[in-house]
Amino acid sequence: MVEKVSTSLSSLSMLQPKAEVRNLNFYYGATQALKQINLVVPEKRVTALIGPSGCGKTTLLRCFNRMHDLYPGNRYEGEILLDRINILERRVDPIAVRMRVSMVFQRPNPFPKSIYENVAYGLRVQGLLKRDFIDHQVEQSLRSAALWDEVKDRLKDSALNLSGGQQQRLCIARALATEPELILFDEPTSALDPIATSSIEDLMSQLKQQVTILIVTHSMQQAARLSDYTAFMYLGEMLEFNQTTTLFNQPLHQQTEDYVRGRFG
Amino acid sequence: MTNSSVQSSKLTRLTTHKASRDLRELAIHIVLFLAGFSCVATTIAIMYILILESTYFFQHISIVEFLTSSDWSPLFDPPGYGILPLVAGTVTTTLVALFVAVPLGTIAAIYLSEFASAKLREIVKPILELLAGIPTVVYGYFALLFVTPLLQWLYSFPAPLLSTWLPNLFPLELAGFNMLGPGIVMGLMITPLISSISEDAMRAVPVSLREGSFAMGATRLQTAIKVVFPAAFSGISAAYILGISRAVGETMIVAVAAGLQPNLTFNPLDSAATITAYIVQVSLGDLPHGTIEYQTIFAAGLTLVLFTLLCNIIGYFLSRRFREIY
Amino acid sequence: MAQTDSAPPDLLAVQGSVSQRQLQDGLFAIVGLLTILVATIILLALVLQLAIQGFPRLTWQFFTSFPSSEWQQAGILSAWIGSALVMLVTAAIAVPLGVAAGIYLEEYARKNWLSALIEINVTNLAGVPSIVYGLLALGFFNDLLKLGESILTAGLTLALLILPIVIVTTREALRAIPNSLREAAYALGASRWQMIWDHILPYASGSILTGVIIGLSRAIGETAPLITIGALTFIAFLPPAPIQPSFPYISLEWLQAPFTVLPIQMFNWVSRPEPEFQINAAAAGTVLIGMTLAMNGFAIYLRYRFRRGVKW
Repeated sequence: MVEKVSTSLSSLSMLQPKAEVRNLNFYYGATQALKQINLVVPEKRVTALIGPSGCGKTTLLRCFNRMHDLYPGNRYEGEILLDRINILERRVDPIAVRMRVSMVFQRPNPFPKSIYENVAYGLRVQGLLKRDFIDHQVEQSLRSAALWDEVKDRLKDSALNLSGGQQQRLCIARALATEPELILFDEPTSALDPIATSSIEDLMSQLKQQVTILIVTHSMQQAARLSDYTAFMYLGEMLEFNQTTTLFNQPLHQQTEDYVRGRFG
Repeated sequence: MTNSSVQSSKLTRLTTHKASRDLRELAIHIVLFLAGFSCVATTIAIMYILILESTYFFQHISIVEFLTSSDWSPLFDPPGYGILPLVAGTVTTTLVALFVAVPLGTIAAIYLSEFASAKLREIVKPILELLAGIPTVVYGYFALLFVTPLLQWLYSFPAPLLSTWLPNLFPLELAGFNMLGPGIVMGLMITPLISSISEDAMRAVPVSLREGSFAMGATRLQTAIKVVFPAAFSGISAAYILGISRAVGETMIVAVAAGLQPNLTFNPLDSAATITAYIVQVSLGDLPHGTIEYQTIFAAGLTLVLFTLLCNIIGYFLSRRFREIY
Repeated sequence: MAQTDSAPPDLLAVQGSVSQRQLQDGLFAIVGLLTILVATIILLALVLQLAIQGFPRLTWQFFTSFPSSEWQQAGILSAWIGSALVMLVTAAIAVPLGVAAGIYLEEYARKNWLSALIEINVTNLAGVPSIVYGLLALGFFNDLLKLGESILTAGLTLALLILPIVIVTTREALRAIPNSLREAAYALGASRWQMIWDHILPYASGSILTGVIIGLSRAIGETAPLITIGALTFIAFLPPAPIQPSFPYISLEWLQAPFTVLPIQMFNWVSRPEPEFQINAAAAGTVLIGMTLAMNGFAIYLRYRFRRGVKW
């Protein structure tokens, strides 16, 4: 048993890591939300974070683009290396981090602007203002998000007129437009119906050809279907991290087993 | 490969932009802070001006005379500098206004909050808002030219009887300038204010409290009076206090319709000047700046500000209390 | 019936009191409705009577004539132009200042004594009687800053007067924008100001506009603070035009011009002993009410539309 674990972990360390979390602690004021997290996010793979609600998976995800910096009283300890640069360091500009690491939220949150402007906004804030370039990126991103055919004739329409599933694909297109190296998905299908959910899942499995994906999900089936690697978190700690098949079939910890068998959560 | 080189070049440019962006963000932050601080500056400026000019005034007139003398005639010879007549006028018009606005506003609020349908509320509230937005000088016109003549006509019926009974209190006929007419109009004007704040307070009372009362067999009226009204009372009293503050500070209605003569009386049938009306009267004349007559209006203004400040503070704490409970 | 007969006497008594209490309920519903109707109808009747009295004077000549000692020749030309110019200054000062202060309090201020101080001042200034702003203008703008009894002084005074309204509605408008849109903008790499300028402010602009219009409608009817600074009632000339035929084409001289405004003109006519002038006052009042009702109505309509239109 022990031997087996070490082999699977050594196979992990052979991977090309896009990002690596080392001894991360995170505090909301005086409360510690994350304890000694270690994690490898392999390049051009889907890595899923699972665990019961309140386990800190979303908190961990939001460390990757320094979203916690927006609210007072939050504090990081430890390192998150993105291409071997520690993005938690004080001198690193969180805005520059967010330009390289995109995020898709739990509920579709398109801007109440046109479809075109939604996708173009990330480029505009980066100061990329060439009309041709933006047009090209908007089309490419909408194609990658499998939305182009549905909206190509009404790019000037308000994004709020789209259906929930379309809005979420628009948010994915918006996240793709700046060609990020890592995309964070925070339970991206929890507010969607089953049909929209499956189209978003298809989309994500295609996207891993181009980009590294880290996804928080509350659905074990989704993690099993989508991800190559899975991390199980419990009470702010990373209990287990492994290849998805291994984690689901031969979990190391009792809690992991209980959770993936659906005994609590 | 080309992709990643594009990325890295982007990144280098980002880092060079960071310093200028941070500078711009800081500058904007400071500008916005200064805009916010302009409110503090306004308060400071108001207090500075009022206290400065009042200090000159109180160097010549003792504060005891100001507060206790019953003669306010700064423009006559010999001048009198007792604020009591102006305070009396202010208190009387305010009481008349409250006598109208408190029952009307409270009943309207109970009705709108506990009895009326949502649809009726949606129609009534904007109308009340519109009426509250009418300029006060127009309300003054109403008081002088519509309400006072109406009151004069109504008063003419019991007048002979009343004036023989208590001739000191009841004149034979109602004067063209009196405090009753403007007081009533002022009351009508602040009714929407009182009703809307009270209604908010009553609607903030949780439904569970009402249901508890209904479950014990109480009717809507009993629930409204015995449960909702007491539970919302601090919010409702905040509405009354803000109403008082509005009535005390109201200027044009009384300046137009109550007469501009200071008169130490609490009889609403008399004409009198309020603190605000006095300031208007002095401003209409041509007083040289820096004279003691000119400074009287600042002393009067300071009295006014201190009084409304007190009202606002009480109202603030009362409305906070009702918010904290639920 | 048979059931009631067989019921114990206690229950009968209760039933009697129940129907009595239901009657009370019904009575109060009627009283409440009547109260609202009476209060509204009295005020509407007053407005109507004013309009009927003033209506005959609402001619083209009334809008294009200066005040005069002959009541038939008197008009509100200088008054409405004065009101318009003062409103221009008021809006130009109150809108940027109030919106900026609202943004600061809602999006920037951390919870500390400084932001608490600003908030207390906003609440308090909203309750300060308008005539006190007149004293501020008299002592500060007029005496200390030597701005004179001018359109600029009047505009500044009224701007400070409506500043709390603009600030409070701006804050409410910003608070109504869901946080998810702020996070969406930040996640794409926007700075705080880019987030506000590109997103939050445009999305809140409709509601902010509502507050600005309500504030301006309050300012346009204000009389007392302008009397205090000595706005003249007999102005038989117009301020210099802002646009000149010769170089440099734009003139700011009008800012320093003496002026009158509609409510002061009306006050002047009300105070006259001759009853004919009351008709002029009624006409001016009708114009004033028409303007404030139109502004308030537009604001209420806008608010209604934005509440309906919001879909997030």
